[in-house]
Amino acid sequence: MTRKVILFCLALLATPALAQGFAGMGTEAEGFAAPAPDPAFDFPADHGPHPDYRIEWWYLTANLEGPEGRRYGLQWTLFRSALAPGAREGWDSPQVWFAHAAVTTPEAHFFTERFARGGIGQAGVRADPFEARIDDWRMAGPSLDDMELTATGPDFAYDMNLQAEGPLVFHGDGGYSVKSDQGQASYYYSQPFYRIAGTLTLPEGGVPVSGAAWLDREWSSQPLAADQDGWDWFSLSFESGAKLMAFQLRQSDGSTYSSGTWIEPDGTTTALPDGAISAAPQARTEVAGRTVPTRWRLDLPARGVDVTVAALNPRAWMGVSVPYWEGPVTVSGSHDGTGYLEMTGYE
Amino acid sequence: MLLRVENLSKAYPGPEGPVPVLRGVGLQLRAGETLALRGESGSGKSTLLHLVGGLDRADAGRIAIDGQDVTGLDDPGRAALRRGTVGVIFQQFNLIPSLNVRANIAFQARLAGRHDAARAARLADALGLTAQLDKYPEQLSGGQQQRVAIARTLAARPALVLADEPTGNLDEATAAAVMDQMLALVAETGAGLMMVTHSPDLAGRLGRQLHLRQGRLA
Amino acid sequence: MTRAGLSALWSFWRRNPLQLFTLVAGLALATALWSGVQALNAQARASYDAAAAVLGEGRYDQLIPAAGETVAQDSYLALRRAGWQVSPVLEGPLQARQARVRLVGIDPLTAPGGVGPMTRSEAATLPAFLSEGVVFAHPGIAEALAGTLSQRVVADPGLAPDTAITDIGVAQRLLGRDDLSRLILAEDQPIGRPDLSDVAPGLIRRASQQASDIGQLTDSFHLNLTAFGLLSFAVGIFIVHGAIGLAFEQRRAMIRTLRTLGLSLRRLMVLMGLELALIALVAGGIGVALGYVLAAGLLPDVAATLEGLYGAQVAGGLQLDPVWWLSGLGIALLGAVLAGAGAFWKIIRMPVLATGARAWAVATGRGRGCQGAAALALLGLAGLGTLLGGGLIAGFASLACLLLGAALALPLVLDRLLALGEAFARGVRTEWFLADTRQQLPGLSLALMALLLAMAANIGVSTMVSSFRMTFTGFLDQRLFAELYVEAEDTTQGAAVADFVQDRGATVLPIQWVDTHIAGQAAEVYGTRVAPAYVENWRFIAQDGTDSAVWDRVADGAAAIINEQLARRADLWPGDPLPLAADRTLPIAGVVGDYGNPIGQVVIGEGLFERLFPAAAPERFGLVTDTPAALRAALQDDLGLAAGQITDQAALKQFSLGVFERTFTVTAALNVLTLAVAGFAILMSLLTLAAMRVPQLAPAWALGLTRASLGRLEVLRALVLAALTGLVALPLGLALAWLLLAVINVEAFGWRLPMFLFPGDYAVLGGFALLAALLAALWPAWRLARTPPSELLKVFANDA
Repeated sequence: MTRKVILFCLALLATPALAQGFAGMGTEAEGFAAPAPDPAFDFPADHGPHPDYRIEWWYLTANLEGPEGRRYGLQWTLFRSALAPGAREGWDSPQVWFAHAAVTTPEAHFFTERFARGGIGQAGVRADPFEARIDDWRMAGPSLDDMELTATGPDFAYDMNLQAEGPLVFHGDGGYSVKSDQGQASYYYSQPFYRIAGTLTLPEGGVPVSGAAWLDREWSSQPLAADQDGWDWFSLSFESGAKLMAFQLRQSDGSTYSSGTWIEPDGTTTALPDGAISAAPQARTEVAGRTVPTRWRLDLPARGVDVTVAALNPRAWMGVSVPYWEGPVTVSGSHDGTGYLEMTGYE
Repeated sequence: MLLRVENLSKAYPGPEGPVPVLRGVGLQLRAGETLALRGESGSGKSTLLHLVGGLDRADAGRIAIDGQDVTGLDDPGRAALRRGTVGVIFQQFNLIPSLNVRANIAFQARLAGRHDAARAARLADALGLTAQLDKYPEQLSGGQQQRVAIARTLAARPALVLADEPTGNLDEATAAAVMDQMLALVAETGAGLMMVTHSPDLAGRLGRQLHLRQGRLA
Repeated sequence: MTRAGLSALWSFWRRNPLQLFTLVAGLALATALWSGVQALNAQARASYDAAAAVLGEGRYDQLIPAAGETVAQDSYLALRRAGWQVSPVLEGPLQARQARVRLVGIDPLTAPGGVGPMTRSEAATLPAFLSEGVVFAHPGIAEALAGTLSQRVVADPGLAPDTAITDIGVAQRLLGRDDLSRLILAEDQPIGRPDLSDVAPGLIRRASQQASDIGQLTDSFHLNLTAFGLLSFAVGIFIVHGAIGLAFEQRRAMIRTLRTLGLSLRRLMVLMGLELALIALVAGGIGVALGYVLAAGLLPDVAATLEGLYGAQVAGGLQLDPVWWLSGLGIALLGAVLAGAGAFWKIIRMPVLATGARAWAVATGRGRGCQGAAALALLGLAGLGTLLGGGLIAGFASLACLLLGAALALPLVLDRLLALGEAFARGVRTEWFLADTRQQLPGLSLALMALLLAMAANIGVSTMVSSFRMTFTGFLDQRLFAELYVEAEDTTQGAAVADFVQDRGATVLPIQWVDTHIAGQAAEVYGTRVAPAYVENWRFIAQDGTDSAVWDRVADGAAAIINEQLARRADLWPGDPLPLAADRTLPIAGVVGDYGNPIGQVVIGEGLFERLFPAAAPERFGLVTDTPAALRAALQDDLGLAAGQITDQAALKQFSLGVFERTFTVTAALNVLTLAVAGFAILMSLLTLAAMRVPQLAPAWALGLTRASLGRLEVLRALVLAALTGLVALPLGLALAWLLLAVINVEAFGWRLPMFLFPGDYAVLGGFALLAALLAALWPAWRLARTPPSELLKVFANDA
């Protein structure tokens, strides 16, 4: 899940000064812990933060359905970024938090972001009982399997309940996910089996919704290769109960590096190596001054998957400090289903 | 002899060096005598009048009034001459615009220290100005303005009256009337009169006539 | 046609370069003074804005404590957790060598866009700012800070003087604090937040439109400057009006000829408008350049004034944007239109074959009547405005009406005075002199009005300043009664000093205060150890009981004393309850005059102060002693205090007076400039009139006055007119002073000062005015005295 590392880099690249400052990310991380193969996860502790690693996130997306079958998408993301390894109390803490929240309807896309300093109690994650929080936004439960989820923005809010109906899913090699030929890697697992229900507050009023949600957990310290321009990332849930996580990194020489995980309805996984999946744009949309592919053909011959992935709302543009496209999609073709698509690096 | 002018010369600066205006003019005038100075434009007749009146300085020659040589007088000396001995009447702009008629008539006499209210009143009466005494020059007609100038000059009782086309701005009838009054009053005071004029008619009414041509007496 | 018309119009200026010069110079001067003052204001405002922008003031609403000066960090967290998008700011003083730095801590992560220096700085990155403790500092203090702090210091000229910005965590550490000063409120706030009063009841919201405390305080000063600029502009426009009027009048014949030759009135107007616009633009360009020079010259003093009076910081280098230059040209055009409108109107109404045009300068009786009526109406308005009006703007409006009305009335008054003189005059020369002077009045009246305004402004302002100075000196005597003042390095040393001095039998008066807001006004609360010296020295302007009764109640913590500013602004007077803190109200026992600072002050007893503000501890002390020299030596030798920590009374008074004097340097400079402009106006009027004077003077010369005496009389005339104008200016100036002291000052500063009279100063000013008139008249008179007789004789020439 390299995508969010880049996302983070870009997030703090919002200003020229930042660009300079985070150019340092292109080099080896000093003093940070590095992911190693054969991880041994310790839950629920590992649901909490890992301050010795440079970057970490709690990334939730959901496909929802409201009255009369109207479809919605929802995003709730909390990022942790360390300026230096380790946790400290007070303003001196090197930990920085930021978060994005969004609600997508077929016609509209609402989004907002938050920032917080670690160490003063404004934001943070506790493993047990689980709570991830920034300002008034919370993703908290007794446990990761049973959570409340809230966020507010200037023109929207939501209040949801999450119930996990399947096991955690580990990507790559038991949660050790290699990202490139050069060996960049992260710890990466997901909970893709949430049932989600609750209320969206939109300008037109409260909307009761329910559906499926997908949580990604990932942390790492290692930077990206400098020749990677952006990525296209898919999380798809098929009506058969199987799920697919897939991404491709677009490299500046025009080639791509792709990877993914095939998830059976019972949670059994198969890692998909580079080249197993192919993704080709079929239609583009101009949004916020950029042209973004919003309909894709996704091919996974090994599983007989040949589907069209189309955005529910092609204008699901996240105009936050570092903008990107993220929104719900509809899957049709060899398999039907829903999912989420994220794209960055389209200028 | 009231006025004796000998060999008087005057030049004004021009673009190509000095332009001679008077070239050795000489003349004499007795008290009570009247003299007309005639000549074409630029012949020097006004300049001669100005020099005699102490309004400008000659380059060479001599002017004596009542036997006193006035040629070498300095600025204050010539101012005193203008105040006390001569009286000048111009064609126009004779009057002091900020003073009313009464004050204008009295002005020179008071400067000369010879003010006599009764005499001033008589002069005003004789010139038909009694009704205008409180008016200001700009409220008067041209003829009235010249009458005020005459009254003012004669009120100061100068020994020598100099007049430079005094009726030149007036219509014929008015000019004749003003001239009559002036000649009568000058005769009454016994002063000498030298008058510059174009008009042969006016000149003919004076005792003598002199012609100036190119700065010389013809 | 157009071309021929233009060249005909232009030929006039070629033949009358002096008039062209007058026109251009008048307009340029008016523009220069106006745009110079505008530049000063703009520079000051830009400095406030820069300071405010970096700190998020002005653009964003803020949450500030309802009372006191600190916000608990928990309040910040509570607000964030409730969804309120706020960003913390901590401000405090930091001593870096000799410099007293205003250290501001911010959190760049939560600060709204544009807040903080790192968004535009290449010198330090956000991670560095957050993790390494970079301090951005105004270049003036960067070096001192770098020598004092372990943090990396980056000079940033965009910051306000004496200001440094760093991360909030660093600021808390450097200032030894764990709280915040205020919170910046982001523009976008999420829906469904709880009310502020439910989350942080101690905080109130201050709207961004409300200027900062500094802005509110300095507004009055800038209004003052603007008023001066307007006055100078008006004086300049008087000159221009005269020049345009004269030129148009002298061109009547030409205009008639052009129209007779078939140039339409419309085209003629367009051509003359173009001509005037061209002249105005050239003059405006010169004026703006002069204004820049003026502003650059005055800026250091303005900065000193703002610092001395209000503690407001203004950057030293003049930086102006193009809008300023354009507005300078615009004001020149506007001035030309104002000054030329009347002349254009006259030409429009002039028939093609007008006859007997009167000299421009001769006012008709009807015109005089109108002028008199307008003058009376304006003076009436001024009186009415003073009686009924409230507020600074109304005060200045009254002032403007008074000055304009008096200016309009001046020619009439002078005419009456001269007529009176004529009635009593003996001697033909005197009579003629007075009559002639009267006749000159219309031509000189605009210049004399300018002189009147300049002199009145001078008298008014100098009376105000001198009255202020006397009051201020008295106030210093009242307040600075301790023989020595000690500033300790910290509270520990402070306590040591107090003990040491007490043991030696001197009286220790701790000077301690907190900055806060009271009744919505920025204010300081002082905790005072009531001593007999206070009772003896302080004078109340309103009080509830005897002096000692008032102080007894203060000592008991049962009452408070407030200063006049606070009393007037919040309308709080003895007997009224004073809301001191969120849960504490005290009755007011007395109101004192306070000319040392513009903000409100509250004096309460030491005991109550310590209970209300336990964090504050005194570091400054006044020491009342009979042996100041010995005590001073003991403090230095035995206690190891540095010489700089001890100030004696005389030095402190001198310092305060120094601040005071610098404060009014600008006023004095503008005063002199206005007077100079008026002198210039007289010179130009005399010069332009000189050509018209010859026909008026020639008859007098022909009748026996020397040219030299005519010249002397011309000088005398200017002196007499200046003296008479001075006579009118005196009462006008005193009225102005009264308005400044009793109306403007109360509105602007919140105090009312007694008015003192300074006949000596007025005499000196009169001398200066006469000197200006003398200088202005000398050249034209000298030229007159040297006029060759032939020139004078041309007046009478027949052959012309």
